[in-house]
Amino acid sequence: MRRTGVFVCHCGSNIAGTVDVERVAKEAAKFPNVVFATDYKYMCSEPGQQVIKDAIKEHNLDRVVVASCSPRMHEPTFRRCLESAGMNPYLFEMANIREHCSWVHPDKEKGTIKSIDLVRKAAAKVVKDEPLQKSSIGITKRALVIGGGIAGIQVALDIADAGFPVTIVEKEPTIGGRMAQIDKTFPTLDCSACILTPKMVDASQHPNIEILSYSEVEKVEGYVGNFDITIRKKARSVDMSKCTGCGTCWEKCPTKVDSEFDMQLGKRKAIYTPFPQAVPNKPVIDRVNCTKFRTGKCGICQKVCPTGAVDYEQQDELITEKYGAIVVATGFNQFDHSVYGEYGYGKYPDVITGLHFERLINASGPTMGKIKRPSDHKIPETVVFIKCVGSRDEAKGKSYCSRTCCMYTAKHATLVHEKIPGSKSYIFYMDVRTPGKGYEEFYKRTAEEYEAQYIRGRVSKVYQKGDKLVVRGEDSLIGRPVEIEADMVVLANAMVAREDAGDLARTLGISYDKDNFFTEAHPKLRPVETHTAGVFLAGACQGPKDIPDSVAQAGAAASKAIGLLSKTQMESDAIVSNVDESRCSGCMICKGICPYKAIDAKLITERVGGKMAERQVAAVNKSLCQGCGACTVACRAGCLNLLGFTNEQILAEVEAVCL
Amino acid sequence: MKYAYYPGCSLHSTGIEYDMSSQLVAGKLGVELKEIPDWNCCGASAGHTTNHLLGLALPARNLAIAEKEGLDVMAPCASCYNRMKTSEVAVKSSEETKAKVAEVTEMEYEGKVGVKSALEVFVKEAGLDAIKSLAVKNLGGMKIAAYYGCLLVRPVGIGFDDPENPMTMDDMVTALGGEAVDWPFKTECCGASLPTAREMVGLKLVYDILTMAQSAGAEAIVTACPLCFMNLDMRQNDLNKKVDNANFQLPVFYFTELMAIAFGEKPAKTGVRKHFVDTSSVLAKYNLK
Repeated sequence: MRRTGVFVCHCGSNIAGTVDVERVAKEAAKFPNVVFATDYKYMCSEPGQQVIKDAIKEHNLDRVVVASCSPRMHEPTFRRCLESAGMNPYLFEMANIREHCSWVHPDKEKGTIKSIDLVRKAAAKVVKDEPLQKSSIGITKRALVIGGGIAGIQVALDIADAGFPVTIVEKEPTIGGRMAQIDKTFPTLDCSACILTPKMVDASQHPNIEILSYSEVEKVEGYVGNFDITIRKKARSVDMSKCTGCGTCWEKCPTKVDSEFDMQLGKRKAIYTPFPQAVPNKPVIDRVNCTKFRTGKCGICQKVCPTGAVDYEQQDELITEKYGAIVVATGFNQFDHSVYGEYGYGKYPDVITGLHFERLINASGPTMGKIKRPSDHKIPETVVFIKCVGSRDEAKGKSYCSRTCCMYTAKHATLVHEKIPGSKSYIFYMDVRTPGKGYEEFYKRTAEEYEAQYIRGRVSKVYQKGDKLVVRGEDSLIGRPVEIEADMVVLANAMVAREDAGDLARTLGISYDKDNFFTEAHPKLRPVETHTAGVFLAGACQGPKDIPDSVAQAGAAASKAIGLLSKTQMESDAIVSNVDESRCSGCMICKGICPYKAIDAKLITERVGGKMAERQVAAVNKSLCQGCGACTVACRAGCLNLLGFTNEQILAEVEAVCL
Repeated sequence: MKYAYYPGCSLHSTGIEYDMSSQLVAGKLGVELKEIPDWNCCGASAGHTTNHLLGLALPARNLAIAEKEGLDVMAPCASCYNRMKTSEVAVKSSEETKAKVAEVTEMEYEGKVGVKSALEVFVKEAGLDAIKSLAVKNLGGMKIAAYYGCLLVRPVGIGFDDPENPMTMDDMVTALGGEAVDWPFKTECCGASLPTAREMVGLKLVYDILTMAQSAGAEAIVTACPLCFMNLDMRQNDLNKKVDNANFQLPVFYFTELMAIAFGEKPAKTGVRKHFVDTSSVLAKYNLK
C-alpha cells in the first residue's frame, strides 16, 4: 500500500473558473492508495509548495500528484519541492488540468469530470513510479554561431570575451550580413559600416574566434554540451593560407556579373569579395559565371596572383567538430513583391525595395551615393514610399508587422530630403509604428522638418506614364483618391525568413513557425532559447527585428551559451532507457535506432545450467540517453523500458482511464 | 461542347454585335449555345445595390433553369457574368444562402452548374491551337490594346485570369497574328453608367483609357464587355466635341468580332458596321475586309 497525496491547483481562476477543484480533490481522496487530497489557490507558489511539504511530513506521503498546469513549466518546481522534503523527486506525477482541460473546455461539469479522470490516471501511474537517479556528462567548452551578421558577430564576441572558443559559420564569402548593405542607421543616422566594420575586424582578430566564411552547416549530431557538427567549407577556388587579399585578381578579372551585395544595381567580378571591407578580405570564384569554369579558357586570375593562391582544382571540404552550444543567427530576407500586380509585378525598374535604396544612397554603392534611379540614372525629384509591402497583408503577404519599415522609410525620406535639394517625398502608410527609444521623435522630424508628406492609405496601382510612375492610391483621412506622378517608388518590403530556414531547423532539430521563423522556447520568459537544449537564437531569424534589438538578443543568447559552457559537468535527466538484461537477446536493433549513439553492446556473464557463460546484451549509456523512447518501441522482446514511462506505468494509466 | 446561353439585356439591344459575333464564333468552334428559356434580368447595378439577397436571387433563378437542363451557362456580358458568378459562389459556399435563395426564387439551385464568360469558353477552353487552326485570315500585326474592364477578372480568387494583368485576350490577339500592346489600363474603370449620370466624371475615365491606349501605340481596342464597348465606342464623338484638342478615331472591337473575321466571316455579318467609330479603314489596312 502506497501513501499518495493529491494536490489540486486553482491557478487563480485559470482552472477554478471552469473546474470544480474542491470536488476534484474530494473524488481524488477516494482513489486507491490516496491517503490525502486537498486544493490550493496557487500550488506553485511558496506557500503552495509548503502545503505539499507539510503534508508529506504529516501524512507520511511516499508519492505525490499535483493537478495543475502543463509539466513544461512547473514539473521541475515540484520535483525540487519533493527533494527538499527529503523524497526522491521522481516519485511524482503531474495531471495537466489547465492546458488539457480548463482552458479548452467551457462546460464546468464536463471539465470537472475530465479533471477527475486526469487525476485518476496520474494517481494510478504514480504508485508504479520508482526512485530514479540523475547522472552527469562532460561539456565541450566551445560554441558554434551560425550566421555572421551583426547578431552572429555580437554573439561570437561576447562568448569569446568570456573565454570560450567560438566558430562563426557564414555562407557568404564575408561576414557582415544585412547590416553591411545598409547605409545609415536610425534613429541617429550614424553610418552603418562605421559601427559594423570595427566589430567585424574585432571578430577576425579575436584569439578565441574562428571565422569559416563561404561555409555551411551540413549535419548536426549529438546533444547539448556535445554536438558533433559537420561543416561544408565550399570550394573558394582560392587558397586562404596563401592569399594576401591584394586585389590584383579581381582588378584583372574580365568577367562582370551583377552584384548580389549591391542588389543587382552594380557589378562585381567573377572572382570577388562582396565589398571593400570584407572579412576575411579574400576573394572567392563564382564558378557559375567564371569564364575559366565555363569554357576552360581565361585563367587570368591565376596568372596574375603573386602568391599562387588561385586554385581551380579546389574541392568542397567537410569537417566535423565538437561544440557544446549552438547559436543560430541566420537573419532574414526581403519579401518578394512580384506578387503585387498593383505595383507592377516587379517589372518597373524604378520601383525598388528598401535594400536597393540603401545601396543607391551608399557612398561605396553603385552610384557612389548619388540617388539615381535605375532606369535612366536621372536624379529623382519626387519619390513615393509605400509601406507594408507584404507585411500586415494576409491575402498576398504575411500577417505580421515587420517592425522596422516605419523607421527605415522615415530614414529614407530624411536622406532624400538631405541629398536632393528641392525634392519631395510622399509616404503611403497604414499606421506609423515607432516603438523604440528616440524613434517617435525621429519620425516626427521626418514629417515636420524634412517635409515628407505622410498619406494614410493604400496604393491601388502604380503604372508607367512616359518617364514617370503614376502612383494612385487613397488618402483615407480625407476620403479621396490621390494620384502622384513620381520619378521613383520605394517599397518597404516585409522582412521574411530565409528561404532555407526550414531546412536548417530540421538539421538542428528546432521548431519554426508558419512563417519559417525559428520558435523561441517561451515568447516571454525564454526568448533566446529553443526547445532543443543547447541551441539558442539571436537576431531576425527568430522574427523581424532592428539592429538594437538584434544586438540585445545576441547578448542574451551569448549569456545563455556562456552559462552552459561555464559548467564542467552537466546533470542529465534520470528519465532514460533501461535494459532488462535477463530478456535481452543482444540483437542490437536498438543500437541503430538510437539517434544519440547511447546504446552499445556489452558482454555479461551468467550461470546457465550450472556453468558460467558469456552473452551479448544491449547497454544504455545513461549520460548520452536523452529519453526519446525510440529504442523501446523498436525492441522486439519489449525488454527496453523508458524509466519514468515504463510499459507498466503507461498501462496503469490506460487502465485507470479506460476500465 | 454545349452551353446554356445567357444573352442578358445588352446582347439583344446595345450589344447586338457581341451577340451576332458570338454566335458565329460558337458555330466555328463547335460550341452549341442554347438560350436559357424564360431568362430574367441578372440584376446588375440596380439589383445588388438595392438588396443583397435580391442580387443573389435574380441570377440564381437563371442558373436554376440551366441546372435543370444540366448545362453550364455562358454569359458574354461581363456584368451578367460577374453577377452570376457571385451568386454561384455564394450558393456553393453556404447552405444557409442556398436555402434563402431557394425560398425567394421558389426554385432549387444546387450549384451543380456554374457560369463562364465568353472569353473563357472561346479562348481558354477552346485553346489557342484550335483558334490558330481555324484562322484563315491573319490580323497582320495590327496593334491592339486588350481592355478587360473592372468586372471580368474580379474579385481576386474567383476570376479565371490574373486580376491585375489579365492575358487571355492578349493571347488571343497574338494567336490571330495581331500585336497585343503592353499597357497599364487593362482593368481600369470605363465609368459604367457615369457618363450618363455624371457626364464629365464618366467621360474623364473614358478619355484616360483612350489616351493611354493611343500612347501605347494601339490602332484598336478589343473588349469583352458590352458596357465598356459602348462607353469606349459611343463616347469618342462626345469627347471630340467637349474636350479641347481631342480627336479620337480609335476603333473598338468585341474580341468575338475579330475572331469571327479571322475565321473568315464577312465583317458585315459580325456587326462591325454597326459601330459608332468607323472600323473599315483599320480592317482595310490589314486586308480584313
